[in-house]
Amino acid sequence: MHFGPHLLLAALEGLVTSAVLALTALGLSLVFGVMRIVNVAHGEFFMLGAVLAWAVSTAISGHPAVGFVTALVIAPLLVGLVAFLAEWLVLRRLNYNPESTIVATIGMLYIIQQLALTFYGPEARPVEPPFSYRMLLPWFGYSGYKLSVVVASAILLVITWLVLTRTKIGLIMRATQYDRETAQAFGIPVERVYAGVFAIGAMLAAIAAVLIVPISQAHYLMGQDPLLLSFIVVIIGGLGSLRGTVVAAILIGLSDGIVSMFFSPTLAKIIATLVVAMVLVFRPQGLFGTAPR
Amino acid sequence: MRDASPAKTYALHIGVIALLFALNFVLPDYHQGLFARIMALAVFAMGYNLLFGYVGLLSLGHAMFFSAGLYGAGLTVYHLGWGVPEAFLAGVACGALLALVIGLLALRTSGVAFMIVTMMFAQVFYLLILYFAAWTGGDQGLVIQQASRVIAIGGASLDLTDPTVRYMSALALFSVVLLITLALVRSRFGRVLVAIRENEERTKMLGYDTVANKLIAVVASGAICAASGAAYALLFGYVGSNFASIQYSILPLLWVLLGGAATTLGPLIGTLFMYYVTDITSGFTSAYLLIVGVALILLVLFAPKGIMGSIRERWLGWLP
Repeated sequence: MHFGPHLLLAALEGLVTSAVLALTALGLSLVFGVMRIVNVAHGEFFMLGAVLAWAVSTAISGHPAVGFVTALVIAPLLVGLVAFLAEWLVLRRLNYNPESTIVATIGMLYIIQQLALTFYGPEARPVEPPFSYRMLLPWFGYSGYKLSVVVASAILLVITWLVLTRTKIGLIMRATQYDRETAQAFGIPVERVYAGVFAIGAMLAAIAAVLIVPISQAHYLMGQDPLLLSFIVVIIGGLGSLRGTVVAAILIGLSDGIVSMFFSPTLAKIIATLVVAMVLVFRPQGLFGTAPR
Repeated sequence: MRDASPAKTYALHIGVIALLFALNFVLPDYHQGLFARIMALAVFAMGYNLLFGYVGLLSLGHAMFFSAGLYGAGLTVYHLGWGVPEAFLAGVACGALLALVIGLLALRTSGVAFMIVTMMFAQVFYLLILYFAAWTGGDQGLVIQQASRVIAIGGASLDLTDPTVRYMSALALFSVVLLITLALVRSRFGRVLVAIRENEERTKMLGYDTVANKLIAVVASGAICAASGAAYALLFGYVGSNFASIQYSILPLLWVLLGGAATTLGPLIGTLFMYYVTDITSGFTSAYLLIVGVALILLVLFAPKGIMGSIRERWLGWLP
């Protein structure tokens, strides 16, 4: 293949990564923004979504699309439930102290990872895509499913944006994010908002995982890369900025796809991580965010 | 400060060291080896505690200092054929230098950003070890031969692979670091660190250069952790990239939380306790990480002060 088509292929792969990354990072950013806590277990919610998707789709016989759609509904709901319980049983009791929450979510990371290893096993298992249409480009064929992932994630991002900016629920969330105490004084049930936001954040990660699992398989360690990349996206995009998150996800996803096609993936990761650490050191509000109050 | 009983304090610490010395002759072989490992790793926890317990800076990247010592010592022995003492010093120097650079950068941030920045630098360090697998052995690691782990002093020679020599070397390092930390936290400098933890703005207002003090603490912490790593490489003869992974940044946090942050003996108690819990439960289950996870959550929920911290609060107010 010549350089042009090669680059196009890399860009397409990068776009798929970006789409999934944007959803995952949006979940992390919501939790980070509204609750002011860092959820280290976010990647494990992603993994849990993928593993549950495999479990659901193998339990259902018939056309792969039926299993996939069922998984797309059930897996995020279950993950949301797990997150809700974790928030209710642990994080609430810690009063959302940033350092204790980090330690507690590290604990959750280990628990979820180990339970997945015990009950799901160390194998990587695939989920059949709901359809197997191949789009024919002049230079190579490309999976139609991959492109549908990009479309689905774009639709979900728009819906989230609409909910946040156009509905009462979004207004309540933004009010809580802006000033917790004043929101409480105005009768907003802050604790319920927190529980909801934590569950929604985890569900976004789970949806992203269900979408990606027909492309890359479900594995109990698959949560590590999305966690790190989501951190990177949230930091570069700026805390609590939805637009920043999406722009950063596209930036990181595309450059990750292109750089790792032409250079060693390890080197790509080293450079990306180092750059982000430097951004955090010298420009803590992110590239698109505003300075914290 | 509770300076009323320096004699009692020193007696307690000397007593602990004497007890560990005596244990060498009592413990069965398996537990003797385990204790040597625990003492070497307790040094890691003490280095972590200096920064986390006393200055209140929660780092999620201390594995890079431990493995800087590990590789600093291991690679000089393996590739350059250095002797044990020089290699040990090289490891400590690597850790201190790395800590200086990381400290200068990471201390520009605070709170959550500090945790994430340290975690990312540690991740870069880990990936660099994998990237330069030709020299570091990558995730396979390198085994340091017995022949290069012998210290020649005059005519006599100390073989670090001998169980008793290994135990005593680990104990010597542990004792030195324990007494250094004790002296450090009882000194003026130690009190400034605690003041920074309690209220940084006020400490600054009182005229202390908080940034310089924090930087010294980061370098001291990094050097101690590197000493632990260097000792680990030389005593147990293996260096590998998993010692640089995020898990080894979390373990010292767990040990310190369990034993009691900002207590001098807490790191030893925490490491000892966790090692034996893992050792005993691994007889029933391989779900070792599950125990770590549950322990972390239970600790932050119910015993944020840890074992020694709770003892100090309830009964022995004079514990350092």
